[in-house]
Amino acid sequence: MSTATPTPSTDETSRRDFLYVATGSVAAVGAVSVAWPLISQMNPDASTLAMASSEIDIGAIPAGQIVTVKWRGKPVFIRHRTADEIKAAQDGDNASMPDPATDKSRVQKPEWLIVIGVCTHLGCIPLGNQGEYNGWFCPCHGSVYDTSGRIRKGPAPRNLDVPPYAFLTDTKVKIG
Amino acid sequence: MHGLSTFEPKNGFVKWLEARLPILSFAHGSFVAYPTPKNLNYWWTFGAILSFMLIAQIITGVVLTMHYTPEATLAFSSVEKIMRDVNWGWLFRYAHANGASMFFLAVYIHMFRGLYYGSYKNPREVLWILGVIIFLLMMATGFMGYVLVWGQMSFWGATVITNLFSAIPIFGNEITTWLWGGYSVDNPTLNRFFALHYLLPFVIFAVVGLHVWALHVTGQNNPDGVEIKDVEKDCVPFTPHATMKDGLGVVVFLLLYCWFIFYVPNYLGDADNYIPANPLKTPPHIVPEWYFLPFYAILRAIPDKLAGVIAMFAAIAVLAFLPWLDKSPVRSAKYRPMYKALFWAFVVVSIGLGYCGAMPAAEPYVTVSRVLSLLYFGFFAILPFLPRWEKTLPVPATIAEAVLAKSGKVEPPKPEPVKAAPAKAPTKSTRLWK
Repeated sequence: MSTATPTPSTDETSRRDFLYVATGSVAAVGAVSVAWPLISQMNPDASTLAMASSEIDIGAIPAGQIVTVKWRGKPVFIRHRTADEIKAAQDGDNASMPDPATDKSRVQKPEWLIVIGVCTHLGCIPLGNQGEYNGWFCPCHGSVYDTSGRIRKGPAPRNLDVPPYAFLTDTKVKIG
Repeated sequence: MHGLSTFEPKNGFVKWLEARLPILSFAHGSFVAYPTPKNLNYWWTFGAILSFMLIAQIITGVVLTMHYTPEATLAFSSVEKIMRDVNWGWLFRYAHANGASMFFLAVYIHMFRGLYYGSYKNPREVLWILGVIIFLLMMATGFMGYVLVWGQMSFWGATVITNLFSAIPIFGNEITTWLWGGYSVDNPTLNRFFALHYLLPFVIFAVVGLHVWALHVTGQNNPDGVEIKDVEKDCVPFTPHATMKDGLGVVVFLLLYCWFIFYVPNYLGDADNYIPANPLKTPPHIVPEWYFLPFYAILRAIPDKLAGVIAMFAAIAVLAFLPWLDKSPVRSAKYRPMYKALFWAFVVVSIGLGYCGAMPAAEPYVTVSRVLSLLYFGFFAILPFLPRWEKTLPVPATIAEAVLAKSGKVEPPKPEPVKAAPAKAPTKSTRLWK
């Protein structure tokens, strides 16, 4: 303080106000930098993130059968579709549905439908070859999927997700 | 509220302690001299029953923790080990699992009692909201505890409930992954649920402390819903009156609890939960524990994911707004004929929703649960308008008057100078604690 007598209080910003704001800002930055690790520790750890890809031999899957494989802790359906099933899926392209998509956009080869086997409603595993469209039926809350894995009826908001995959050979597919 | 007697220590040590930490006079004021309305019925013993259940759950839970392994490949078998190998392990596990059901049974009765007698109204809004918070914490604790068993129903229940958060727009999937600690329910999920299941009961304990504190500030509501006017005439001291009555309530409730533990310990559980968790196979029919069924039915009733999740949470959140939705000046349903009818309809709707929640997601249950969900929210929607049409019955002026009217005696006309009736003729009831 430069003067002995206290200055009368004014509305002007004082050095003390500046110190309050500066101290508060540092405390806020500190609080956030502690909160961040506390929140972040709950996200998937390094071992979970090390995303493994799976190679599957599909040569032994006869037409009409669905095989379930595990990828990233989730089931993936590999469905060897029959000609009838492909036709039913393609005929459905113009029907009204919650998440419109053509059958063509969901497959690389028409006879092979590969989708993540997790209902987009609340995560149950739908049952194959069941339901009104003979695709999948989710027993939990009654979502109905067609032979292209598209949602046709029930509470699920999205079609069954298509994972990234590639055909290595005619009988070998790599998921992930 | 001031008590019906004062704490006057004679013992030297008690005096010494009182001057340093007045905990004994606090306990005396809260649980001995505390004035309890004379007209309380047995529905008011559920507060004590719930306190008993909370302590029972904490004790059995801590015991189970000493033998349980929170790891995905070992959890299920460690529970079986508790059942088969640990000394009295079967008793603690059945007491804990059925204790959760008993806890919810008691809390639902406690909530319906509050609803019937208007216990949420001014000045008890904060008391009521603290109760809603306790209910939410209980639901979270019950859900996570059920997951720890790591059976099929545990795993798939956890999957369905955590997926509720994926309905949140934009960040839904990130939040769900964050909750899981992975891309599906797995070991990290089990670990954190275990930590939180151990933590939350103590949070509940703290909020119960606030709940009781708020109760002791406003005083208890009572079946006639009239405030205490004269502590001497309207009340009896908590001890021995309420202590004894609560004691009897707890004992009778214990009979039911023990019947479940010793005779039908698995009746309220699901057989599928004796199958170890399998992430590749969903059980054909997923049902939550019975105490979540009405809310589960509301979730399933709505054919849109986000709307269903919102409706389910709204069904609980709406309770917190009850003090402002119900605008009638009369508290107790005893004197509100229309509200009384509406209350019972609400009870039937809630039980009906519970029944639909237990049934498969097929007709006619889907349509029925839609109608019942509408009626559930309809109850809350109609409350603000009810006073316009409702003709309430005459409410007794005091608790003492209500009690005397019930026993056929009429309150003697008050002598004109109010401060008459000197100490020479003490009434029978005042002698009880003076």
